[in-house]
Amino acid sequence: MTARPMRVTAGVAVRAAFVAALVAGAAGAAAAQEGDKTLRFAFQGTLNALDPYSLNETFTLGMLGNVYEGLTKRDKDLTIIPGLAESWEVVDPLTWRFKLREGVTFANGNAFNADDVVFSADRVRAENSDLKTRLPADAEFVKVDDHTVEVKLKTPNPILHYEWDTWYIMDKEWAEANDMVDPVSARDTSPRPAAFTANGTGPFMIDSHEPGVKTVFKPSESWWGTPEHNLDTVEFTPIAADGTRVAALLAGDVDLIDPVPVQDIPRIEANPDTEALTGPELRVIHLGFNQFDDVLETSDVEGENPFRDPNVRKAFYQAIDIEAIKQRVMRDLSTPVPLLIANELFEGSGQFERWPYDPEAAKQLLGDAGYPDGFTVGMDCPNDRYVNDEAICQAVVSMLARIGVTVNLNAQPKAQYFAKVLAPGGYDTDFFLLGWTPGSFDSWNVITNLAGCRDETGKGGPFNLGGYCNEEVDALAARIVEETDTDKRNAMIGEAFEIMTSETSHIPLHQQSLVWGKRSNVDIVQRPDNQVLFYWATVN
Amino acid sequence: MLAFALRRLVQAIGVMLVVSLISFVLFRFVGDPVNQLVGVDTSPEERAALREALGLNDPVLVQFARFIGKAVQFDFGISYQFKQSVAGLIGQRLPATLELSFVSALFALLVGVPMGVYTGLYRDTWLARAFLAVSLIGVSLPTFLIGILLIFVVSVNLGWLPSFGRGETVRVFGSWTTGLVTASGLQSLILPSITLGLFQMTLIMRLVRGEMLEVLRTDYIKFARARGLSRRAINFGHALKNTLVPVITITGLQIGSIIAFAIITETVFQWPGMGLLFLQAVQSVDIPIMAAYLLLIAFLFVLINFLVDLLYVAVDPRIRIGEATR
Repeated sequence: MTARPMRVTAGVAVRAAFVAALVAGAAGAAAAQEGDKTLRFAFQGTLNALDPYSLNETFTLGMLGNVYEGLTKRDKDLTIIPGLAESWEVVDPLTWRFKLREGVTFANGNAFNADDVVFSADRVRAENSDLKTRLPADAEFVKVDDHTVEVKLKTPNPILHYEWDTWYIMDKEWAEANDMVDPVSARDTSPRPAAFTANGTGPFMIDSHEPGVKTVFKPSESWWGTPEHNLDTVEFTPIAADGTRVAALLAGDVDLIDPVPVQDIPRIEANPDTEALTGPELRVIHLGFNQFDDVLETSDVEGENPFRDPNVRKAFYQAIDIEAIKQRVMRDLSTPVPLLIANELFEGSGQFERWPYDPEAAKQLLGDAGYPDGFTVGMDCPNDRYVNDEAICQAVVSMLARIGVTVNLNAQPKAQYFAKVLAPGGYDTDFFLLGWTPGSFDSWNVITNLAGCRDETGKGGPFNLGGYCNEEVDALAARIVEETDTDKRNAMIGEAFEIMTSETSHIPLHQQSLVWGKRSNVDIVQRPDNQVLFYWATVN
Repeated sequence: MLAFALRRLVQAIGVMLVVSLISFVLFRFVGDPVNQLVGVDTSPEERAALREALGLNDPVLVQFARFIGKAVQFDFGISYQFKQSVAGLIGQRLPATLELSFVSALFALLVGVPMGVYTGLYRDTWLARAFLAVSLIGVSLPTFLIGILLIFVVSVNLGWLPSFGRGETVRVFGSWTTGLVTASGLQSLILPSITLGLFQMTLIMRLVRGEMLEVLRTDYIKFARARGLSRRAINFGHALKNTLVPVITITGLQIGSIIAFAIITETVFQWPGMGLLFLQAVQSVDIPIMAAYLLLIAFLFVLINFLVDLLYVAVDPRIRIGEATR
């Protein structure tokens, strides 16, 4: 009997505490809104180790780009601008000279100089780095004086500095003092605490970092540039569930979310305090064919590989109604493209056009190839990697059914999908959907990775899942990489794309769109590479 | 008694070994961890080297033996994704899950028991019927739907409570953080606790109701009435007290499932606990975290069952002699 009154008291106390908390919380939130400018940002993925050479991934590098800086930077329209290098000149095709910015300090107060650049050049090419491709392996970095560095190349390289905006310069002394000389990797056998702190030259500093939970950024007082933002604090939280992320924006618990599922855009637009920010992304979604194996495992065609016939590939291409995919599947948030590279990234892309949608012509082509009644083939597709990836594949399946081709779709999560279709899985796919953004923003990356002749292990064209191979394209790629004359180079790139298009090496589909959601009082620049850069954000 | 405890202990170790072996076999079908660890530009040779270095090319049994060998020394390795020690990560996330589970269980008891008593005593009132209807929702609607509904009604439309996260937390000792002492922390607890505890609440309510109906028909209640005791004394002092034994048993057993089912609630509310960590690990094929988490959950269930068994033996001598029936 004595227990009863006590339990009641406990219940009342809990309820009282909740009510008190509600009132206090509401007051606290109001106070926070008036005073400092805080940007609360939620993304679908997590920010883990802060070592800038551990993971070559857009989101991580973008977030670190608020804290670290490269010798070059990219502007709001992606043009290359000076970063930690004030200027540079190509002395001769094999020698580049970089003049470093003076008076720059790292967050810990150390001065930035040529030693840091040479150190970072060695570190980014060290065994455990995931960003080795940022610099040529055989390039030599020479300190001329404290603020001049020369790069000696073995072969000419016109796009040497294209990816240097995400090759972040680290402080040599800090790395040596904090056990950070080797890049942090999954191979490490003991934890590296310094990997969860950062010491960059950039406009923000990491105030606190709890991987997978919350990261707080504060503006750096000692930054060399003039801030364009008006922020006092940035709070980053990963929110993996789409519904929760959208709800958090609508409820006013965050100010910026990335990405917004396309079906939620109307809801965000309907709310007076929030809006959607959309723009084309550089990623190109395409379909590819297995042209490597003599027989397709998933097909009923025996004794030959139908995809080795360019007519079959072109028939597939012309059977796909890209406008229907754009309107129905992508809700108008896609840009159909004629090439495997985004329109913005290749000057000559305007001269190319897609093969027209023409199911009759497609049927004719299939007949010419000897398959008037079509055939059966399996298709692999991720269902959580690209915008509406599975829905695109389903649309493709139904469109191909109209020309008599039966496609058995196997859509699965990206972890399983990539394990199957990439080199470790033995490129086990006959027909697939893949997205690609060239890290260097340059066509050569696309041509070699997606269309370079490869062997079983992927040497030559690691992401050429279908094993398309044309010696002429390979020969052009070898010349493109060394050609320093822009016009000649672009002409050769155009020639390579011309060959690929005429043979229908792949089926380019579209550039998907970036969709961010933000509160109306937030202004931020949305760059097509999907980096989220706070130094261009203002909260009004 | 000691022999019984020892025998149960050996069985418990066996169960945990089997659980981790099964999970290791399943990891082969989750996907390729290496692909989640490197950027797109990383060459196939480097990927192969990394796979070799992580020991992923070894036979399953070898990987399993290596894991167990380290696990008995409480070394669960380093997470592929987070690059932090798994034991440390789970230690950081454990408080969030335990607090949420504790508050949910409390909610289930504090709300479920009175509702059960009420529906048992006043079977035909409209309120009792309403309670039963609500409980039907709690039993039949999936957790993630309840969570999303609560978020959209309470957070988005009414703007009363935070839609995600744990609010402000305070470090108590070591890596133990608590949200129980801050205003935003308490506010953040409400919706996830309701979501997580709703099923248990309805379970307890229906259990109490059923037991009450049973007990109220018994002779000693009739005698109590005949003696002229007050309704209150009969209902709470005699009837409810006698229904609580099964309620306590069920609640104890359900604590394990609350912690395990927290995965879904934590995902919907982005609650930074172990369940969210596990789900992130599954998506990125972070084998060290998955292995350690599954082992921990297996340990939890084994421990609870072990304790319950011991309690039964202490309480009920009839169970003590398992041999007698053998």
